[in-house]
Amino acid sequence: MPFTRIVRYLPLLWASLRRRRVRTTFTIGSIFIAFLMYALAGAMNHAFEQGVQQAGVDRLMVQQKVSFILPLPASYLNRVKSVDGIERVSSANWIGGYLKDAREQIPTFPIHAEEYLDMYPELLLSRGERQAFLDDRTGFLVGRAVADAYGWKLGDVVPLKSSIYRRKDGTNVWNLTIRGIFDMRDEGDSRQLLFHYEYFNETLSDSQKDRLGWIMVQVKDPSQADAVGHRIDALFANSPAETKTQTERAMAQGFMKQIGSIGTILGAVVSAVFFTMLLVSANTMAQSVRERTSEIGVLKTLGFGNTTILSLVLAESVLITAIGGLLGMGAAWFLGLQLGTALKTYLPGFEVDPVTLVKGLVWVVALGLAAGAWPAVQAMRLKIVDALRRG
Amino acid sequence: MKALIHLRDLVKEYHRGEESLRVLDGLSLDIAEGEFVALMGPSGSGKSTLLNLLGGLDRATSGELTIGGLAIGELPDAVLARWRADHVGFIFQMYNLLPVLSAERNVELPLLLTDLPAAERRRRARAALDLVGLEHRMTHRPNELSGGQQQRVGIARAIVTDPTLLLCDEPTGDLDRKSGDEILDLLQELNREHGKTILMVTHDPRAAERATRQLHLDKGVLQAEVR
Repeated sequence: MPFTRIVRYLPLLWASLRRRRVRTTFTIGSIFIAFLMYALAGAMNHAFEQGVQQAGVDRLMVQQKVSFILPLPASYLNRVKSVDGIERVSSANWIGGYLKDAREQIPTFPIHAEEYLDMYPELLLSRGERQAFLDDRTGFLVGRAVADAYGWKLGDVVPLKSSIYRRKDGTNVWNLTIRGIFDMRDEGDSRQLLFHYEYFNETLSDSQKDRLGWIMVQVKDPSQADAVGHRIDALFANSPAETKTQTERAMAQGFMKQIGSIGTILGAVVSAVFFTMLLVSANTMAQSVRERTSEIGVLKTLGFGNTTILSLVLAESVLITAIGGLLGMGAAWFLGLQLGTALKTYLPGFEVDPVTLVKGLVWVVALGLAAGAWPAVQAMRLKIVDALRRG
Repeated sequence: MKALIHLRDLVKEYHRGEESLRVLDGLSLDIAEGEFVALMGPSGSGKSTLLNLLGGLDRATSGELTIGGLAIGELPDAVLARWRADHVGFIFQMYNLLPVLSAERNVELPLLLTDLPAAERRRRARAALDLVGLEHRMTHRPNELSGGQQQRVGIARAIVTDPTLLLCDEPTGDLDRKSGDEILDLLQELNREHGKTILMVTHDPRAAERATRQLHLDKGVLQAEVR
């Protein structure tokens, strides 16, 4: 049935929905919840994937082969630097940084500063602040998201604590001065703190000194990234700390796979909700068609053909799914705006993106058609004489 | 006057398992255009079955059935549905209005199958309601109307497409005498002033007297005819 025909039947479809208002409301409610969950799961997924999208293709990450959490000897940095095809090298450590409560950690990395800043052009920092940071061994750089969250400004001294490392004096506090506040290109995740590895390493107790969490490598030719990676790993083969080198994107994807189990669980929950919603909608449509057997007979008597009846039932099913689905995704979009702002520090990129919405619209139509298919076929097959007699 | 409806040796059998029930048994009949025919007979005599066959709601087992020269029993379902929409108006004993729609929307229903724009559909629906004296109740739903008024809406729905043939299945069967008389007046007016050919199934001899011709059916066979 062409779209213009559907439009002229809208008052009829709308009236049908209002026939059993309570039932229709509950059905739309279940569809609303299903699509709300779908879109919020999509927003969560969008946030997870953003890190992968931001990862560079010309950068390699070198880590211990056994596990990401085991450190590399600091001496590896210069050895890696000597490998053919490498432009520059830096490193980072995960120190479990926090301010007051160890449960509220801020991603904090001691780095080889100059090389790091050259390697990450997506980190946007004014020339003056960059220089001020490089000139101050106890200075640090703060991502805009963190600075805004804590109301920090340039020159503030912040007592940063580590849940992993200890200083020589037994404390775990580093008083650092804010020398720069940076943004990330394309509104990327700026929830980070960066400070000088050299200073950090000097202050550590002997047992924790000279460790690198991982080494970042920028290659001269991105097409040679794999070959360079193999050369690095070959360099440390059969050593006590063998390495595993992969592109930054591959590493981010590997990391995401661990978090991805959350996405899988969310996907499974949404699938279950969709399936339940499908049963509820199909049941509603089946009941609705059964109750209207006589009316369908009358419509056929008036000249409504089998195809028209089939289309009307399907259109009604899609309409009911569309109302619930659009309301659900609309609510999720609104929540995404609110939560996205509130979670900017902890879960950047939490938003209902257009791809999720477009896929949602496809789901709306598909589930609507699936829910209405069997009742529509039954209505289509209904013999007029039988339908009128049952009425 | 030429025959609008032409039946020859019409047979309709129903089958239930091995059992076969012949409801119409070789019926032959001609009804001219513009006639008002009352079809009477006891329950199970085949009146409603004949009405269903004439309206293209069911198909005969054998025999010849043409309306306006068209053998409707041979039309495919989709074409038959279109033919019904264009040429036949149905009036039911229990009105069979859609309870969720206003009187106007009920009358407009058959016009949804046409290519008429919305404004024109509305205009025609109101004209039909005006003809049956119910324009002032067009926004009311069926449950807000009396039985007689609902039947008038049913008649307005039947005539809104200006069909050649009106098929009425006991149109006054559920009405009190006064309302029934008003409906019969209306049918007579449609027959006399608008030239509609009407075939009305009824049990009521008083209603049958309004017709120009009375047919009596029993056990699927035409028994008597009064003109």
